[in-house]
Amino acid sequence: MSTFTVLTKNYTLPQIDKGEVLRFMGCKSENSEINSLFSRVEKELPDKSFGKVCYSIFPIKKYDDYLDLGFAKPNSQDLARNLDGCDSIILFAATVGIEYDKLILKLGKSSPAEALCIDAIGNERIEALCDIFCNDIEGELLKSSHALRPRFSAGYGDLPIELQKDIFNTLSPHTKIGLTLNDSLLMSPTKSVSAIVGIKKQQV
Amino acid sequence: MNILDYIKNNILILDGGTGTLLQEQGLSVGELPEEWNISHPEIIQKIHQSYFDAGSNVVATNTFGANLLKFSEDKLDKIIGAAVENAKIALASSKGNQEKFIALDIGPSGKLLKPYGDFDFEDAVSLFSKTIMLGVKHGVDLIYIETMSDSYETKAALLAAKEASSLPVFVSNAYGSDCRLLTGATPAAMATMLEAMGADAIGANCSQGPAQLAPVIEELARYTSLPIILKPNAGLPEIRDGKTVYNVLPEEFSSEVVSLIDKGACILGGCCGTTPEYISKLSEKCKCLFPAKRNPKKITAISSYTHTVEFGEKPILIGERINPTGKKRVKEALHSNNFDYILKEALMQEECGVQVLDVNAGLPEIDERETLNNIIAEIQAVCNLPLQIDTSNTNAMELALRRYNGKALINSVNGKEESLRKVFPLMKKYGGVAVALTLDENGIPETAEGRVEIAKRILSVASEYGIDKKDIIFDPLTLTVSADKSSARITLDALSLIHNELGAYTILGVSNISFGLPNRDILNSIFFASALENHLSAAIMNPYSREMMSAYYSYCALNSLDESFENYIGFAANLDTGASNLPTLNQTSTSSDIATLEDAIVKGLKDKARELCLALLGEKQPLYIVNEQIIPALDRVGKGFENHSVYLPNLLMSAEAARSAFEPIHDALFSSAKSSQSKKQIIVLATVKGDIHDIGKNIVALLLENYGFSVIDLGKDVTPQKILEATLKYDARLVGLSALMTTTVPAMEETIKLLKEKAPLCKVVVGGAVLTKSYADKIGADFYAADAMETVRFAEKIFK
Repeated sequence: MSTFTVLTKNYTLPQIDKGEVLRFMGCKSENSEINSLFSRVEKELPDKSFGKVCYSIFPIKKYDDYLDLGFAKPNSQDLARNLDGCDSIILFAATVGIEYDKLILKLGKSSPAEALCIDAIGNERIEALCDIFCNDIEGELLKSSHALRPRFSAGYGDLPIELQKDIFNTLSPHTKIGLTLNDSLLMSPTKSVSAIVGIKKQQV
Repeated sequence: MNILDYIKNNILILDGGTGTLLQEQGLSVGELPEEWNISHPEIIQKIHQSYFDAGSNVVATNTFGANLLKFSEDKLDKIIGAAVENAKIALASSKGNQEKFIALDIGPSGKLLKPYGDFDFEDAVSLFSKTIMLGVKHGVDLIYIETMSDSYETKAALLAAKEASSLPVFVSNAYGSDCRLLTGATPAAMATMLEAMGADAIGANCSQGPAQLAPVIEELARYTSLPIILKPNAGLPEIRDGKTVYNVLPEEFSSEVVSLIDKGACILGGCCGTTPEYISKLSEKCKCLFPAKRNPKKITAISSYTHTVEFGEKPILIGERINPTGKKRVKEALHSNNFDYILKEALMQEECGVQVLDVNAGLPEIDERETLNNIIAEIQAVCNLPLQIDTSNTNAMELALRRYNGKALINSVNGKEESLRKVFPLMKKYGGVAVALTLDENGIPETAEGRVEIAKRILSVASEYGIDKKDIIFDPLTLTVSADKSSARITLDALSLIHNELGAYTILGVSNISFGLPNRDILNSIFFASALENHLSAAIMNPYSREMMSAYYSYCALNSLDESFENYIGFAANLDTGASNLPTLNQTSTSSDIATLEDAIVKGLKDKARELCLALLGEKQPLYIVNEQIIPALDRVGKGFENHSVYLPNLLMSAEAARSAFEPIHDALFSSAKSSQSKKQIIVLATVKGDIHDIGKNIVALLLENYGFSVIDLGKDVTPQKILEATLKYDARLVGLSALMTTTVPAMEETIKLLKEKAPLCKVVVGGAVLTKSYADKIGADFYAADAMETVRFAEKIFK
């Protein structure tokens, strides 16, 4: 029987992309009030560059009515399309930590505007972490001329959100990166992502 | 031999990792390792035995995730029974002649506790209790709580262990690369809380290699007298040639672990990636080694879920504002169960520089036990200062101490027999530092010496309960000086005597001195300065008073307690000519060109809006200001948002500015006449059960309040029943429900169904990321609001 290992990586994230943050706040352009809101809130965050990922690699097989992902066997046409031509996947869970939740809770009542901005920064940060992780892994894989497919999470398309339970049973992210799942299948800390990424051999 | 006797003079060797070994034996993906106690007992026994053979004194049962979240009660009993049996067989078969023990292994639940997650503290206690009771039933020697990354969950597990067994309890946490737990606790904070609650050994395991955990061990050793556990990973895993390898090998691992014996580590083992080979090397190196000699720590410290506050030469400020005595707004908040005002006071006092917050909910008409407990939970969700639990009701005190995340300051116990016998057992069980008032059945002694005598008696009773002097600070009581001219002098003398004769710390509620006199801050601050000169260690005081803060910063600066005068300068250089120390709100931008209140609100300038409103109140009636300035501003911004020329953050900033302008108006109305409660249009808001997102709901609440509605905000993760209760209680005609996830929409549907059945007159508006108009119709909502302004418009229609 094959063994699998869950690996952990810590990352230092790049500067915050303010344009992305504004987009998450629903702003189509800047104005001075929003700019000063952003710089005020940015100062409140103790560590904006922290990110942790745990992951594992599984060989996969496709069958007519289901996918064998190595850790679960979901029936999902959308994921099957996404993984077309892949022979293995990376299963990962990533988080930028609890500070965003703490601040959102703290500011929620006193300043919903600041809470909204923290929330948007958290969204930008977790996306940045996923990108940096995938680029990192792709860099390693490219040596063996493999590339990554776009990330696919439980709840996307017809991939049931219930797959989260299998993902959490497999990676045990609560002991590795402090990420937990509640009964409604929501992750805490909330600024977190779990996803499947297909590994595809590049045509030379 | 009892394990606690053994560790007095010997290094105790724990076992190593089991996860990797189980996988090598064929544990497949997603399979629960605990199942193997029953399905593959021989493999589990072999792994345990290999650790005993390698020299382990303690083997932990294969029960890391054995709890009722994963198994039925019946199955759990069987699994734990088998797990203990496997360890016993291994122990009996091992050739090693060392002392051997079996620990019941308890790992984290995998759920995050409230307020950041949705798992209730008492549910966590019950969960751990069940596993522990089964472990005790099947016969283990100790409980080992490990890999905990949240201080609150650690407290729940330790409390469960203490309540469900009388066995020794070892506790170790998983510290990150920043040497903190996931939810922010430092090793000092963990040491302070766990030692106070009666853990028998504490330490660090998992997450990192031994070298990275060195600073954690050093910090723990500074704060605790307890034996220290070190059970690190073999570094980090890497994949080399398709195989998993850990980057710290047995030789290096054991040397690094052994090097930390000097620092205080004496219960040693390995976590992820370590194997019997690692433990064998480690136990060999420890053969002729003994625990380092450590002096008992005499630190008086309290903690929150992030940090400790230590008593010492530098005086500690305890904010007195969260107390209904003489404070109308606090009373109002306690009566209405609306804690926004109290949370604001908590954060404002923190900003003024206090290190601890006093929390008092003592009003005769309310359920103090419930209210105090709720306030503490709400404050701990937003503010990380340690709290002083201020109550004379021991039932309220017990619940508060039980749920408090950290080691609290307890206000108070006194020399009366009844008080001592009630408070000390609570303190022993839950931990805490007690404020001990020097009064007894005969009242307050009229001499300093008399008060010291009571202090001595309190200490002697404390020692009967095993409570150390370091966990008691004395309050020799501030009496009103205008009633008795000599009273100030007696109190000051008592401070000195307690310091000199008993070597104990002291505390005073300073403000009482000036009762009945004008301009009380003047007298208070001079008395405070005198008390500091007489070794006062902590003061319960008003941090908004400029005089009090001046006395504090000056005293510190004059007594070498303010490195390079940084704090004094920070305080004094920014003092304006006003008499208050209140912090100013964040100013959004240069606002000199803003002339009208309406413009200030449109631009979202909180301070400016408040300032202009205060100025206007000198000339105009409150209602005129609302109708001519605030409402037009809100309309401008609201319409702009609706036609997409104003963005959501701008809308919110304006709403916040409007709210800050409403405050002085509220005060003016409040002081002139009782606000017209009967006319209030009440709306109940909640994020539904299972959903922990509340930004959207808070946004709606803010805007509704701006438009004059009275909002009862029930928070997030609220059960249908609770929403119904509030709807009926307040006779609300509108309920707003929010849900962000598809998985929580069923809870919304359930809530609507209940409301329609039991409160049919009430309308329900819903919103949230996953909802649509058609979905809202399907689950029976009366209205779907795409954004906060739509909710406002719907509410206006309903209440027309």
